[in-house]
Amino acid sequence: MRIKHIITQLFSLVIVFALNTVIAQEDSKSTTQDFELEVQSEYRYFTDSPQFQGQKDHFPSIAIIPEYNIEWNKGYESINFTGFFRLDRDDNRTHWDIRELYYQKAANNWEFSAGLKKIFWGVTESNHLVDIINQTDAVESFDGEAKLGQPMLQFTLTTDYGNFDFIYMPFHRKRVFPGERGRLRFPTVIDENDIGYESGAEEWRQDVAFRWSHYIGAFDIGISHFYGNGREPLFTFDPNGQINAFYPVINQIGLDLQATHNAFLWKFESIYRSADAQDFFALTAGLEYTFSNIDGNGLDIGLLGEYLYDDRDELALNALQNDFFFGSRIALNDTQDTSILVGGIADLESSSKIFSIEASRRIGSSWKAELEARIFSSIDQSEFILSNFSQDSFLRFTLSKFF
Amino acid sequence: MNFLKHNHKKKLVLFGLAFSIVGVLSAQTPEERGLEIAKAAEQADLGFNSSTVELKMTLKNKNGQTSERSLTTKTLELTEDGDKSLIVFNSPKDVKGTSTLTFTHKVGSDDQWLFLPSIKRVKRISSNNKSGPFVGSEFAYEDLSSQEVEKYTYKFVKENGALLIVEQDPVDPKSGYTRRLVSYNKDKGYRIEKVEFYDRKNALLKTLTYSGYKLYKGKFWRASVFNMVNHQSNKETRLDFNDYNFDVNLTEDDFSQVALKRAGK
Repeated sequence: MRIKHIITQLFSLVIVFALNTVIAQEDSKSTTQDFELEVQSEYRYFTDSPQFQGQKDHFPSIAIIPEYNIEWNKGYESINFTGFFRLDRDDNRTHWDIRELYYQKAANNWEFSAGLKKIFWGVTESNHLVDIINQTDAVESFDGEAKLGQPMLQFTLTTDYGNFDFIYMPFHRKRVFPGERGRLRFPTVIDENDIGYESGAEEWRQDVAFRWSHYIGAFDIGISHFYGNGREPLFTFDPNGQINAFYPVINQIGLDLQATHNAFLWKFESIYRSADAQDFFALTAGLEYTFSNIDGNGLDIGLLGEYLYDDRDELALNALQNDFFFGSRIALNDTQDTSILVGGIADLESSSKIFSIEASRRIGSSWKAELEARIFSSIDQSEFILSNFSQDSFLRFTLSKFF
Repeated sequence: MNFLKHNHKKKLVLFGLAFSIVGVLSAQTPEERGLEIAKAAEQADLGFNSSTVELKMTLKNKNGQTSERSLTTKTLELTEDGDKSLIVFNSPKDVKGTSTLTFTHKVGSDDQWLFLPSIKRVKRISSNNKSGPFVGSEFAYEDLSSQEVEKYTYKFVKENGALLIVEQDPVDPKSGYTRRLVSYNKDKGYRIEKVEFYDRKNALLKTLTYSGYKLYKGKFWRASVFNMVNHQSNKETRLDFNDYNFDVNLTEDDFSQVALKRAGK
């Protein structure tokens, strides 16, 4: 219930901010508002029979994503809201969230935001190491790109020497794992409330992050530091073989770098994370090359290759210790924005492989269809994390209507 | 006499020299005249500083079926280097908020960033793809990028009333065209009335006609309709512009990656 409390607090903060500014700006009446709603129906089908008791094969589901924003002061001030609700056969996947609800003010070379917000950092495609501000919505998507709204105060300064970003985070949000009926889980269902904190302040630990980013010619560079409750719980085993999981206090230094040269994008991301229980280093490096307008009709074919390394070996929650990712991004650049991403991750030390296809296409002007397939192939049963997912290859189809 | 004679001779020489200079001037090469016209057009549009405009893009396929998208474009004029622009998609709704930030360079490739609103990601993208279609339309990326004088070589073709027809050959080998035939209107601030695009095989590919011109601030001509017809695929794309706003007073701070994220939300 604490999360509700913080949300209520932030919400009132935002409203107070907004009212003050609206009153101050009453003379300039050019306020623009925008409301949008996405209703998404989804069907997930797991093709193999389950590995653990209680798991199901078919998951029909619906999601509702409302968005509202109001802008004034020529767009230099705004309040932005994105909500999220999903109803699913897996009780833990039935969840709601405030993805974003924040007040923002920008002037000249600075920008300030207060509220729940989503921030993305990084350059690589197969893994997002540097990206740490938001908790992953682990029940929502397999690729880890769905995130929970993070309460924060953010101040960004733009200078000739790059952008300086300061983020203060008063509250930590726990990761939610699939429930009993859900797939892509461990033998025991993890109740997020059972995962504690290293910090005595628990979720109320006051966390901070800083990032400097700049662009010099063909290079885009970012250096970041995060100090606070980690986003990934740390799993340790006690002598009885019982799993003990908790959120450690971490310091994480991140570097992301991209060089853009003709049709080549060279990408590098690296982190060093230290906590009392564990220090580790990880990197993702690779390239993307696009053959554009191949047929004179707009067909683009991009080739992607990335190497992934993680010091943690088996204990890496993302199971990417010494792996290679290859993929191809195909964009038709047609009226319906048809695009396909096919790829695979292969473990360089074992037989484990994960193949994936993601395709999307707009239908008419307000519908969108998406298809996703993930195939777990020859998973090595000695893999600490992945072995649990060896029966979890799935197909996912979604149809969204935008209002 | 000798003196006079000599002097006369000198005069003749001077006269001859002067005549030949006039001759050179009037015999300005087509290349020089073409460049002169392109520079005159650039000069006529100098000093707009910044502008914003909303536009509707209508794509029509060969069977006449249409689909629409709407965008907002912000432009910042720079003289030392090429202009900066920020484009935000407002519809279709599934791509709402998708935005691009482009720093045009007079020489060398442009710098470009893409903002993906669903995951709040800013991605630096390659500006290598000149000839590919912009969001499935008949406009290639290079048709919509800032038209800097340095990006072409020129050849004056003919004068047709107020219209000056100039052939423009793209400097960039990645361009999808061998040449463009551009009609400038010398009586209306060298505004462009029509562009014909010839593909890599030098066959007529597309014709772009500008209409509904309005004069802003007594100096800047802006068309309210761009109509691009592809003669090879029989597809069309029409851009309908709302009124331009030249009083926005945008600065470089409105064209940063931070501003890109803000614009896309």
